[in-house]
Amino acid sequence: MLAARHFLRRTFSSALATHRDTAYNNRDTPFDFTEENYQKITTILTHYPPQYKRSATINLLYLAQKQCDGWVPLAAMNKIAKILEISEMDVYEVCSFYTMFNREPVGKYHLQVCGTTPCMIRGAQDIIKTIEHECGIIKDQTSKDGLFTLTEVECLGCCANAPMLQVNGEKVYEDLTPETMKAMIDAWKAGKEPKVGPQNGRTCAEGIQGRTTLKAQPNVWPDRDFAKAKDDYQKRLEAEAQKKKEEAAAAAAKK
Amino acid sequence: MLKLCQKISRHFKTSSRLLNNIEVFVDGTPVSVAPDYSILQACQKAGVVVPHFCFHERLAVSGNCRMCIVEIEKMPKVMTACSMPVSPGMRINTKSEKTYNARGGVMEFLLANHPLDCPICDQGGECDLQDQSALYGYKIGRFMEYKRAVEDKNYGPLVATVMTRCIHCTRCIRFYEEVAGIPILGTTGRGRETEVGTYVEKMVHSELSGNLVDLCPVGALTNAPYAFTARPWELRNVMSIDPTDSITPSIEISCKGGEVKRVLPRLHEEVNEEWIHDRSRHAFDGLKRQRLNACLKKKADGSYEELTWKDALEVLAEEVSKTSGNDMVGIIGEFMDVEAVVAFRDLMYKLGCENIDAKKNGVKLSPDFRNNYLMNSRISGIEEADLLLVIGANLRLDSPVINARVRKATVLNGLNVGLIGTDDYLTYDHTHLGTSTSALTDLLKGTHPFAKTLEKAKFPMILVGANVLKREDGEAVNSVIQEIAKKYNVIKPESNWNGYNVLHNEVGTVAALEVGITSEYDPKAKPKFMYLLGADNFKPDEIPDDAFVVYQGTHGDEGASRANLILPGASYVEKSGSYVNTDGRVSLGKKAIPAPGQAKADWEILRALSEVLGQTLPYDNLQEIRYRIAELAPHLIKYDYVEPYSLSWHTVPVKGEVNKTVISDFIDNFYMTDAISRASPTMAKCSEAFNPARNTNFVPEVPIR
Repeated sequence: MLAARHFLRRTFSSALATHRDTAYNNRDTPFDFTEENYQKITTILTHYPPQYKRSATINLLYLAQKQCDGWVPLAAMNKIAKILEISEMDVYEVCSFYTMFNREPVGKYHLQVCGTTPCMIRGAQDIIKTIEHECGIIKDQTSKDGLFTLTEVECLGCCANAPMLQVNGEKVYEDLTPETMKAMIDAWKAGKEPKVGPQNGRTCAEGIQGRTTLKAQPNVWPDRDFAKAKDDYQKRLEAEAQKKKEEAAAAAAKK
Repeated sequence: MLKLCQKISRHFKTSSRLLNNIEVFVDGTPVSVAPDYSILQACQKAGVVVPHFCFHERLAVSGNCRMCIVEIEKMPKVMTACSMPVSPGMRINTKSEKTYNARGGVMEFLLANHPLDCPICDQGGECDLQDQSALYGYKIGRFMEYKRAVEDKNYGPLVATVMTRCIHCTRCIRFYEEVAGIPILGTTGRGRETEVGTYVEKMVHSELSGNLVDLCPVGALTNAPYAFTARPWELRNVMSIDPTDSITPSIEISCKGGEVKRVLPRLHEEVNEEWIHDRSRHAFDGLKRQRLNACLKKKADGSYEELTWKDALEVLAEEVSKTSGNDMVGIIGEFMDVEAVVAFRDLMYKLGCENIDAKKNGVKLSPDFRNNYLMNSRISGIEEADLLLVIGANLRLDSPVINARVRKATVLNGLNVGLIGTDDYLTYDHTHLGTSTSALTDLLKGTHPFAKTLEKAKFPMILVGANVLKREDGEAVNSVIQEIAKKYNVIKPESNWNGYNVLHNEVGTVAALEVGITSEYDPKAKPKFMYLLGADNFKPDEIPDDAFVVYQGTHGDEGASRANLILPGASYVEKSGSYVNTDGRVSLGKKAIPAPGQAKADWEILRALSEVLGQTLPYDNLQEIRYRIAELAPHLIKYDYVEPYSLSWHTVPVKGEVNKTVISDFIDNFYMTDAISRASPTMAKCSEAFNPARNTNFVPEVPIR
């Protein structure tokens, strides 16, 4: 068991630095981007000079990960290499370097619990234990029903609302306690979506006494009549053109 | 579009260059260096050693081993010397305490995950990490944790891997990407889990893969056939050259006792830079197998009778005396040195035989003018050229070292490469003009789309593979090629440029041409006596059944199997001799080990035979035969020198029909092209591993390459 755990241990969320052919993930697994994603790719590629197409590698890997329910198959990496006209190895290097790319399938809910200092002090380990207990998995495993994958990740920038949890790299749940965590898991198991954001009732990162500053809606934009300004600009242009014409006429008359 | 992008990218970062040298101070000593030098190069120029692992002169700078860090005055932190360019007045401190401490720290980190297995490591004794840790490391390590372990990768049968020893200098990755042109390796994972490898499981394969062993600064990649056979301090190294490659790369033959243990490349900027291909490096173990070590006579029942030299030469003399000179034919083999060729020529002429050929149905070239049969732009000329038209040669297989240079030129100078012949992945972008000779005639007419490009080229280079000239219509095709060369001004005397090149694949051919041996005999004639001087690559039906065949050579291969009398010769590591490469460069091969059994150097055998025949050749030692060579061709005793060629045309166009057939490259299996490599177990392993469909009987349906 220990050996198995060690083998499956995902250092920085990547199981192995090399690929192993499996029935669900090999060179011949069919993969192609959807029509919608191809349109997105066309847009992404316009962001970079044509000779530096390779800059789009990460963006395309994200698209592939989203399309494949949270993980990047080998076939997708090869497809990206083909689209960007770079060697396949270049894509493998990027994909295996970044921890946000999963190169193995994950559950429907990929629970990424922050384990960095502020969250750890506020009880991140208890949250992890709760998930482990409730889902019957340990870190870096997927539950048998295919619903949950648990990973411990580094700081996700919600230290004021620690401890926190990110799901599928998109939704963020903050101010967790073991109880709220259990309730959330139950909700997911029942097919419901728990409320996103702080779970203890507060909004955003407000302090204990509620909101103290910025109570009124700030007047960010100064009062300005844009229609009038545009009109003035047009008039000024016309006046200048008129003046030039008159001058030209005067010069011609002199001659 | 891709090509356009690559062209743009090449020139994207170009900025104006400073031309004047600048002065920097290395440990207080002023050095004047070019402004594009790195600190490491400046230190090297000042004669100061800066330890490094990842930096390599022929590869891109990566700066990831951090070993070359030095202190620079007025800079808050130590800098990596390899990746930092010099600036005027820079004061570099390589001996300060800060530098020493930083180096020690880096070394401690490198050793943290490096196994302590030097006693069982093949790199021991010539390991950069071992040497540098002794010189620059701390006395003790403080790393108490478990060391990591990394899975070994499959780099083919020539490179043994122990990836746990890897320190991630990425030299192998850069070599494969930049020199070999196969971007298959990379670093996967991150941090402690970083691995160098292919990510997916596949075998790394290149014709230049043996060079990885030289590049690897630690014992991660080691020479597999050489594994655990010798330590570097036990080896006796002989600086020689390798005639099995037609460019005669400089090599170092390492011997222990009377055996060659390994072959390493030596630096020669104008020939092989510092690479040699896998056959050069590993085929030498064929010299221990299938060797002819005694004189043998074939008896009537097909069995062989062992003879002494005296008896053998007498048998031969008797046979020669029975035959008139016109009924004799002499064929010079692939790896013959100039000495043997000259002795052979002299002997045969004395016997009244003028039917000597470098090879039956061999290259149809006139030996009258050197620029008609040599590589006139020279190998280093590839880097000056702006267009290269390869005709009938697959450079990747015919001459991988030249191919690496072409690749370098395509990347650095934007060399435009065109190919007529069988198309293949050559590791760089090239235009494929056509597979048959009709592409040549189109080019001559000017109707081919490539004609305009050829016309515009400033320094065009036409490289004709020797295989083209071996065709039946070889002379006519060569004539067409020369017409093309004339039409597109390939020779430019005003710029001292001769762009017509022949790429030979056998040094014996070049040696024969250099001493003026022509091949003007009727190939359909039926000789009664054939003397094969190490000639092996021929078809069996080229030799008449009733002819008496003498084979003088090294291996029991095709030539020996047909021979009536076998005389054992010494191979290139067992004799001193001079060889001429396809450039026209004469280089000296040195004797490294004694020849097996009764085998003797080829020219010595011929000299002894001449005495038995009563036609004694007037030379008794190497020096005297070299005087004789100088009589024939004075430039052949100027070693490592290329006699300048004429810059004009000396050929008469041949009126012949060009067959509109496919120009094919004849190298079927790169790993087995000659008698030595066919006898080599290592090459057999390579053939099976890299080219299974063609070389084993057991795996019939595997796609070729």
